Amino acid sequence: MTENKRFWNEYQKEIAEDHYFYERSCIRQTFFPGSEAAFLKILRTELGKDIRDEVNQHTCTGIGYHSDIVPLQTTMTIVARLFALMTEAGYKNYVPSCVTSFGVFTEICHLWEEDPSLLDKTRELLYKATKREFIVPENIAHPSDIVYKFREQLTPRMKYRLVNRYTGKPLRVVDHIGCHYAKIFPDKGVGKAEFPYVLAGMVESWGGEVIDYPERRHCCGFGFRQYIVQENRGYSVANSKKKFESMEPYEPDFIVSNCPGCTMFLDKWQYTIAEMENKTYDGHGYGIPSLTYEEMTGLLLGYDPWELGLQLHQVQVEPLLDKIGIAYDPGAKYRAADGTILPNPDKPHNLLV
Amino acid sequence: MGNLSNLLKQDPRFHSALTSCMNCGMCTAICPAAEFYDYDPRKICDMVQRGDDETIEQLLKSDTIWYCGQCLSCKTRCPRGNAPAEVILILRKVSQEMGYFRFSEKGRQQVEIMEHIGGNILEIGYCVHPDRMPYEKHPEQGPVWDWYLKNIEKVAPKVGANYHGTGPGALRTIPEETMEEIRKIFEETGGMELRHKVLIDR
Repeated sequence: MTENKRFWNEYQKEIAEDHYFYERSCIRQTFFPGSEAAFLKILRTELGKDIRDEVNQHTCTGIGYHSDIVPLQTTMTIVARLFALMTEAGYKNYVPSCVTSFGVFTEICHLWEEDPSLLDKTRELLYKATKREFIVPENIAHPSDIVYKFREQLTPRMKYRLVNRYTGKPLRVVDHIGCHYAKIFPDKGVGKAEFPYVLAGMVESWGGEVIDYPERRHCCGFGFRQYIVQENRGYSVANSKKKFESMEPYEPDFIVSNCPGCTMFLDKWQYTIAEMENKTYDGHGYGIPSLTYEEMTGLLLGYDPWELGLQLHQVQVEPLLDKIGIAYDPGAKYRAADGTILPNPDKPHNLLV
Repeated sequence: MGNLSNLLKQDPRFHSALTSCMNCGMCTAICPAAEFYDYDPRKICDMVQRGDDETIEQLLKSDTIWYCGQCLSCKTRCPRGNAPAEVILILRKVSQEMGYFRFSEKGRQQVEIMEHIGGNILEIGYCVHPDRMPYEKHPEQGPVWDWYLKNIEKVAPKVGANYHGTGPGALRTIPEETMEEIRKIFEETGGMELRHKVLIDR
């Protein structure tokens, strides 16, 4: 990154200081539940913040909304119920774990602001259905915004840095920002959509180097109905492939994403491409590790990789852990919570593990 | 302007989705779907903007409107601040309301999505959940996913999840009182009506 590219300084968004209401992500819980646990631990233990993990929360219906099986008014009222839970718990700062949810909330609040009659109608419908009332949050921030905001406070607590211990050089990192973080409403994202800085800021503060490759802003290819329906998945893998081919010449050490779906696709599609075409993008047959920003942060803070859930990734992370110099117990990787040794996963035909 | 054109314009999102397209094609240039499918958001905006009902009906019955991946890259780049992907959301809504989605192969996929994702939302309160993603239907997830599903009860607590548990946490069972409220919201707001429309004549 050169000095003349630091446009994000003009685009800083407001991120609340404390007292957050956390909403979990369907995709994050499904694929990387350890990341949500790590985020709560980072906020409570490392930063001493207050964050509520509400038992009565539920899906925002965002995936259903963008795959056209949930009408706008239904999604608005479901979102209103989540805001009602926040209101009843005495919070004003809403923190959705999912980037799709973040986009849904920002879009809905924008619609309510543009046309207050939509907000009134939603209040009526929510009350009719549940007898609940709500306030619109004062602040909506994605969890990656919060980690970004406090990144310098976290730095002295970290045991490791994003530096290759064999060469002493910064690790080369691909940052991938979920489309709905800033493409819908650019001023809601740190650095806006064209010069995203929410993850780049973390990487640079913690010793790494961000790769500014040609397809940096391209979608991972989720596409909602383009992945949900099995026969459409060619769309999804083709878009990830386009990104992998674009980043390959820059020899990234790992990919970090702020969107639950993107992290998963950029991991699993590498396996699929390796099995279909015997092609990997790291030059060694293992693939490029694809991490969540919570996993990246947790690893640097010294959290156990297997408690973070890194064994749930198809592209293996050990080469990256070794590069950073992170201590880990290889024998604990496939152990259950009670210590029972579980059978190892089957090996892929082509992708090395 | 005909009835279909007016139906599109009645959607509260229409005003900010399409106001003054000048057909520059920036949306098509940036669109991942245009690169993969025979798809051109510029043409769609043009058709909608012209307001000819016969053309719009053909569009609503076609595969074309189902190609968009909803990344919204078009909204970021449009020099006029339009959002072709939002226009698509409105077209798909009207296509389903009118029953036109049944005329195209891609449109008929809505039945599967409604059964799968719609069922997940109404039955367990999640859009997606490991219990609803069997390895047989998701071979692209790889053998680690197969391993996780086979051992999830033993692995989930290790990674901080509360799989099928009560109380807060990832993958908890959502309380029945909450599920009742979700279903009631769907009934009051048109969610159930759309569900019945899409699933009729399966």
